[in-house]
Amino acid sequence: MNGFANWAVHFFMLDEGPLIWLSDFLIGCATIGIIVALTYFKLWKWLWDNWLTTVDHKKIGIMYLIAAVLMLFRGGTDGLLMRAQLSWPNLHFLNADHYDQIFTTHGTIMILFMAMPAIIGFFNVAVPLQIGCRDVAFPYLNAISFWLFFAAALLFNLSFVVGGSPDGGWTSYPPYVENVFDPGPGENYFLVALQITGIGTIATGVNFLITILRMRAPGMTMMRLPMFTWSVFITSIIIVFAFPVLTVALALLLIDRDFGSHFFTVTGGGMPMQYINLFWIWGHPEVYIVILPAFGIFSEVVSTFSHKRLFGYSAMVVSMIAIAILSFIVWVHHFFTMGAGPGVNSFFGVSTMAIAIPTGVKIFNWLFTMHKGRVEFTSAMLWAVGFIPNFLIGGLTGVMLAVPPADYQYHNSYFLIAHFHYVLIGGTVFGVFAAIYYWWPKMFGVLLDEKLGRWHFWMFMIGFNICFFPQFFLGFMGMQRRMYTYPAGYGWGIINLISTVGAVLMGVGFLIFVWNILWSARFGQRDTTGDPWDGRSLEWATTSPAPEYNFAIIPTVKGRDAWWLMKKTGESINGPKGVPFRPIHMPNNSGRPIIMSLFFFIAGGGFIFQWWVLAIIGLLGVLVTMAQRSFEYHDHHYIPVEEIEKTEAAAGRL
Amino acid sequence: MKPSGRRVRSLFIIVGLSMLALAGCDDPKYMPVLSPQGPVARSEYYLILYSFIVMLLVVLGVFVIYFYVITKYRARPENKDYVPPEIEGNTKWETIWTVIPIIIVIALAIPTVAVTYKLVKPPKVEAATTAATGKSLTIDVIAEQWKWVFKYPAQNIETVNYVNIPAGVPVNFELTASGPINAFWVPALGGMEYAMPGMNLKLWLEADHPGTYQGRSGQYSGRGFAHMTFNVNAQTAADFAKWVQTTQQTAPKLTQQAQDQIQKPGLLSKPLTFSSTEPQ
Repeated sequence: MNGFANWAVHFFMLDEGPLIWLSDFLIGCATIGIIVALTYFKLWKWLWDNWLTTVDHKKIGIMYLIAAVLMLFRGGTDGLLMRAQLSWPNLHFLNADHYDQIFTTHGTIMILFMAMPAIIGFFNVAVPLQIGCRDVAFPYLNAISFWLFFAAALLFNLSFVVGGSPDGGWTSYPPYVENVFDPGPGENYFLVALQITGIGTIATGVNFLITILRMRAPGMTMMRLPMFTWSVFITSIIIVFAFPVLTVALALLLIDRDFGSHFFTVTGGGMPMQYINLFWIWGHPEVYIVILPAFGIFSEVVSTFSHKRLFGYSAMVVSMIAIAILSFIVWVHHFFTMGAGPGVNSFFGVSTMAIAIPTGVKIFNWLFTMHKGRVEFTSAMLWAVGFIPNFLIGGLTGVMLAVPPADYQYHNSYFLIAHFHYVLIGGTVFGVFAAIYYWWPKMFGVLLDEKLGRWHFWMFMIGFNICFFPQFFLGFMGMQRRMYTYPAGYGWGIINLISTVGAVLMGVGFLIFVWNILWSARFGQRDTTGDPWDGRSLEWATTSPAPEYNFAIIPTVKGRDAWWLMKKTGESINGPKGVPFRPIHMPNNSGRPIIMSLFFFIAGGGFIFQWWVLAIIGLLGVLVTMAQRSFEYHDHHYIPVEEIEKTEAAAGRL
Repeated sequence: MKPSGRRVRSLFIIVGLSMLALAGCDDPKYMPVLSPQGPVARSEYYLILYSFIVMLLVVLGVFVIYFYVITKYRARPENKDYVPPEIEGNTKWETIWTVIPIIIVIALAIPTVAVTYKLVKPPKVEAATTAATGKSLTIDVIAEQWKWVFKYPAQNIETVNYVNIPAGVPVNFELTASGPINAFWVPALGGMEYAMPGMNLKLWLEADHPGTYQGRSGQYSGRGFAHMTFNVNAQTAADFAKWVQTTQQTAPKLTQQAQDQIQKPGLLSKPLTFSSTEPQ
């Protein structure tokens, strides 16, 4: 009994001090609060019927987005804890072990559980509407993708209070993360959670690739696609080629840790270098997976709020394809310092610099879209306009990093940290915020408040620059990433303090954003037209939010900026008057995706703690739920004409 | 609200604050990367400077167009009735802004490749300072958890957490690790290279003058990684020869016990010196 109590105390990390107790308390309060609220307001059935079992791309998109904002909060808190620890020399607010875990979860969460669901959320929200179809190609698979991501995110976050978080960095280089040096469940959490969400992401890639290839409305040729959809198309291709490499790398490392093999160990003929290659063959395309959709978002926003067609459409498409191809031949620039020799380093250095060419073309095309336009500085546009100079700094320091001999001095230093935060925040996060302000009315039928939006933008953008610009200098001063503390006398203290102040301002910006959501839900301006921005693509042709079936009659597209053309010629989205409605074929909701993800969660727990019974039960559950799907014959329904007529009449489209 | 005005202002605030932070930081000890103390660090520094200037020109060029566009074409009450023209693109301009980046990349790629090849060879020895130890010195470096072991195979000396080198002599560091990957970095003397298990990577460094330069690990390797610092003491040829001789005569032999202590994960309270490289 005593032995069990000791085990339980260690398992639930009650011996780890107040930080964990506080987290336990908050998690407990939140969980109880949610359960009580759902029960009190009798919302369980509503939640199950409308959200948990949904296969509607619009609702799945919203769920992705909610998860992404929650994970931004979690990852941001990690960031603030790190900035607090580093704000002055010799602080012991966090010890080395806690700091190591926090920088690992910060990076992993921000890339895989914040940036990925945010951009995939907008794939879901916008793409089917933009190409004029009623759902993605595989709605049921889409729900599975989401719930796999959700189970993985839950598992990963649980590590903080159950068993301990991974501490090998988000790159997780062996041999440090092998059992010899890094025992315990922490690293297994990383491997298993990424594996599960990775499966979901591959499915998303396949889903949107097929959706864009096969589901376009008549007349919507590839060269008439809205630029965001183009970016999703190219991103999906990158996902399909890159993510399987991650799957392999993670699986081999997990087999090393769970079953004692020697793929990447020091002894037994293992080769750590091989993991590093595999990781970055996925890892570099991964950063383009999160930046290309942001480019797509900026193209939509800049063109909409300049009230002008996107400049150089074909060049935009070609440059995205060029970036996608180049993204697969630059991965060695993440380890110029691994002694690959001057020939290899020169090749990968120059191929990296070459990415600046198509990216530069895109920047100029955005500038020339605004040129001769009538540029309205709405909140969404502020993020797009703010993106250009910030991303430029990130991109050009990236070119500086691509010079191998210079990289020997920058590698792993705060110069690098500043660089990738400028591209990931200045690019992806700004893009996600732009998309949130831009598509919010389409998702919820409410506009976010412009004044609060401006405060959010300026606070976050200024805080971001105060936080990360000084870090370029810290790099020159010799400060390395992942140091949990540093002695006085290097002159790093004051610069770190400034950086921490900036991080706090970013946190304030985030709080203003959350306040904006809450305030606008209650008092915000309602979007009654469905087209609040005088938009150009088809999503603005439907009501806000769009009806379940998106379009009562699939529109016929006559050119680029399809909705803009229809508005100019006075056409209705439902075609000429008098075309009769026909019953609409839609997929049924299903509870199986969430149940399947529960089995993935159970199997994941088994692989993390090496409880093989649990792992087998989980995997069997996954197989059974998969088999069940094959015997499901009633997986669709028709929306009757009367219901369509009622909805369309309410929208004023009859 | 005037975004362009605010942007410029915020830019000034940021730059101002950074300048303030850097005031009094021109001591080379504070900015080792930008005040190189040897030929390797110097050629890297020139590349950093060159690429920075090129990138600065790009930034200035883009910022001029950027601020022009967002101020001139801003929506105002006066231009409410202005209907922007629908412009597909412009082949001439698009060609220009494709060709200019290509030229910039070529201008950057040529010195990059040249220096990348140059750095795998030993830096040129200046005849006047060539030390008695010969044309170059080889030191084997092993990254342990969490300390740096330096073996002088020709001199049969081992030091831990500090290394003495003759100034003006190219030193060939041969890097490896017993466990997790670390990176060997002495910013004032040159860029880093990984110390990896099962690998033997070479790094040439040279100090111009006698002096003490700080080195550290550049790759996270666990709990004690932040404390993996070491001093590189560059000495005159005569001083270095004297140090070698004294160490060979007076330092203790490396014992199995000391070897075990070094290999066990943990930190050392002070640097160690031995007059042999294999445990006796």
